[in-house]
Amino acid sequence: MEIRSMNFKARAGQKLADVVLQENLKRAKSKFIDSRISALAELDDFEATREAAKNLRDRSLADLDLWLEKFEQEATRRGATVLWAKDNAEVCQRVVDIARRHGVKKVTKSKSMLSEEAGLNQALEAAGIQPVETDLGEYILQINDNEPPSHIIAPVFHKNKEEISTLFARTHGRPALTDIQMMTREAREVLRPHFLSADMGISGGNFLIAETGSVALVTNEGNGRMVTTLPPVHVVVTGIEKVVPTLEDLATLMRLLPRSATGQSISNYFSLLTGKKQTGDQDGPEHMYFVLVDSGRADMVGGEFAEMLRCIRCGACMNHCPVYQAVGGQAYGWVYPGPMGSVLTPLFAGLENAIDLPQAATLCNQCGVVCPVKIPLPDLLRRLREKQIERRLRPLSERLALKAWAWMARHPALYALGTKLGVRYLKWLAGGEDRIRILGLVPEWTLGRDFPAPEGKTFRELYVRRAVAGPPQGGAAK
Amino acid sequence: MNSRENILGRIRTKLGRNAGNAETGIAAMEAYLAARKPGPRPPAVADLMERFKQKSEAQSSTIEEVAMLAELPLTIARYLARHELPTQAVCWPELGGLAWREAGLDVSMRHVSGADLVGITGCYCAVAETGSLLLCSSPATPAALSLLPETHIAIVPAARIVAGMEEAWGLLRAELKELPRAVNFISGPSRTGDIEQTIVLGAHGPYRVHIIIVHGQ
Repeated sequence: MEIRSMNFKARAGQKLADVVLQENLKRAKSKFIDSRISALAELDDFEATREAAKNLRDRSLADLDLWLEKFEQEATRRGATVLWAKDNAEVCQRVVDIARRHGVKKVTKSKSMLSEEAGLNQALEAAGIQPVETDLGEYILQINDNEPPSHIIAPVFHKNKEEISTLFARTHGRPALTDIQMMTREAREVLRPHFLSADMGISGGNFLIAETGSVALVTNEGNGRMVTTLPPVHVVVTGIEKVVPTLEDLATLMRLLPRSATGQSISNYFSLLTGKKQTGDQDGPEHMYFVLVDSGRADMVGGEFAEMLRCIRCGACMNHCPVYQAVGGQAYGWVYPGPMGSVLTPLFAGLENAIDLPQAATLCNQCGVVCPVKIPLPDLLRRLREKQIERRLRPLSERLALKAWAWMARHPALYALGTKLGVRYLKWLAGGEDRIRILGLVPEWTLGRDFPAPEGKTFRELYVRRAVAGPPQGGAAK
Repeated sequence: MNSRENILGRIRTKLGRNAGNAETGIAAMEAYLAARKPGPRPPAVADLMERFKQKSEAQSSTIEEVAMLAELPLTIARYLARHELPTQAVCWPELGGLAWREAGLDVSMRHVSGADLVGITGCYCAVAETGSLLLCSSPATPAALSLLPETHIAIVPAARIVAGMEEAWGLLRAELKELPRAVNFISGPSRTGDIEQTIVLGAHGPYRVHIIIVHGQ
């Protein structure tokens, strides 16, 4: 997918001014949050489960080469073909090659964010192969001229039913519908023939199980089962970091993934797929392929951003992010929005191509608190900000301001004088009110909020006076 | 250098892999695989049957109970009549021996097609914790039958309801030589919430899942 993350600020501005989008975001926001809370309450000890999930993800990442080789060995033993792709171009190349080998004309796809990363649909089309997205949300985006998704598990989070109804009427040539149930029925009727006639199915993979050489797929609609059961060829396109050791580990992660994502105790369909069709089987693919994708992941192993590789793509961080809630996912300009996207996009697509994203966070740590595998997202965002400064990627004014501040902080007397003047200036700016409506040097800051007016004295001044006068008398302490 | 070696090579460099720590790493991996240590479990439930029923119903499945396998054809005929559903159905080959015709049903064991409206399956086992059916693919238990028809009727022997996913793995390891091609956990009818986060049943798979628990043989 083309990267448009450089324009976050401008796009965020547009999104904030989009009245329909703001209504849609407001309506959707609380549903995931509320159901997550009640689903987590079923676990005896969320913290312990989370800790176990973190540890088991770390375990496979600490010996990733060995676990991948184990997975490859088991998957191959069960009749699957394991291929590797080091970048997006190779992902497309591998999948198109497989399609050509089997004379494939039509591909049904269940949702795969990695295929969005690689721009796989465009590559298939260019090779004369028709890709059909079958997740309802992804299908809606595909028929809307390949619009980018706005959420990793709810791709059309940003749209209302009226917009979708118009789109369906235009694409399907049927009368416009007003009822969501009828619209879903219509999509089912349109997509069913594709499921039955596709020559190849492409799925992502939620987890790879080293012990058994299986892929675990989690869906609600059943499209994941369709594309992995009906066509004669199944290709799993997934990241190298998705490998977990055992089925027991999978059980632990499955207690967290649906709960953190949609607030369900379990998703409707959870499939463990191992190898190809067996002798005598009525259904299942005759050929099963894995395309294990690097695309920036291998270089994160063992490094300062390695913790991000624990991510299980649940979306809880974006559901709880005040910035995401205000601007929606498309403002982020690439595949992954929200806090996890603000970490991954610079790492996968280049720090210089996503200047605003590490700044697009308040560092309030809501994301860190809800993350089921305990990724310290604010720490990682802060580390990316440091990298930006080191690589001189921030604007000159910002770098100079930080330099000036650092110099002041190393000269206490000057610092005291500076802050003394500063608070007096701010008090004067407030003009007797308890808030400042327009902040002189950075008026942008007060465009959407007021700045609280200081008392007019610095902490140091107050502290000195307290030391002279002694602690205040009375109070709670006796 | 091919991509496999390129990727694994860079991972090995990042991890500081050498012959010595590869050996201890593999030993630790094999030990971990052999131990299969389960993670923290939710509070144990005393009554697996109750829990299974409660969770299944919460996921919009419907439940009925019978004493004997032989009661199934008539029970299913009554369910289909009650919901004004067709009397033609396709069933798993392993259920072909039941007296379907005597109950007024036209049940065949052929390959399921996109046009079939009712599918009847058994299950490998069922998980109480999440109210899930676990179906394994095999020649006698094809996977598409629980997916393509609008109505899925699933037969669950009471003795096959286990506590959690871990117990299901235990059964699979003890009873089958290898994992079957597809192990499908099914928890209620197919659904989507993609349009305005409004839950709609029957996205691509069944609109309804009717579970019949069989207490005896």
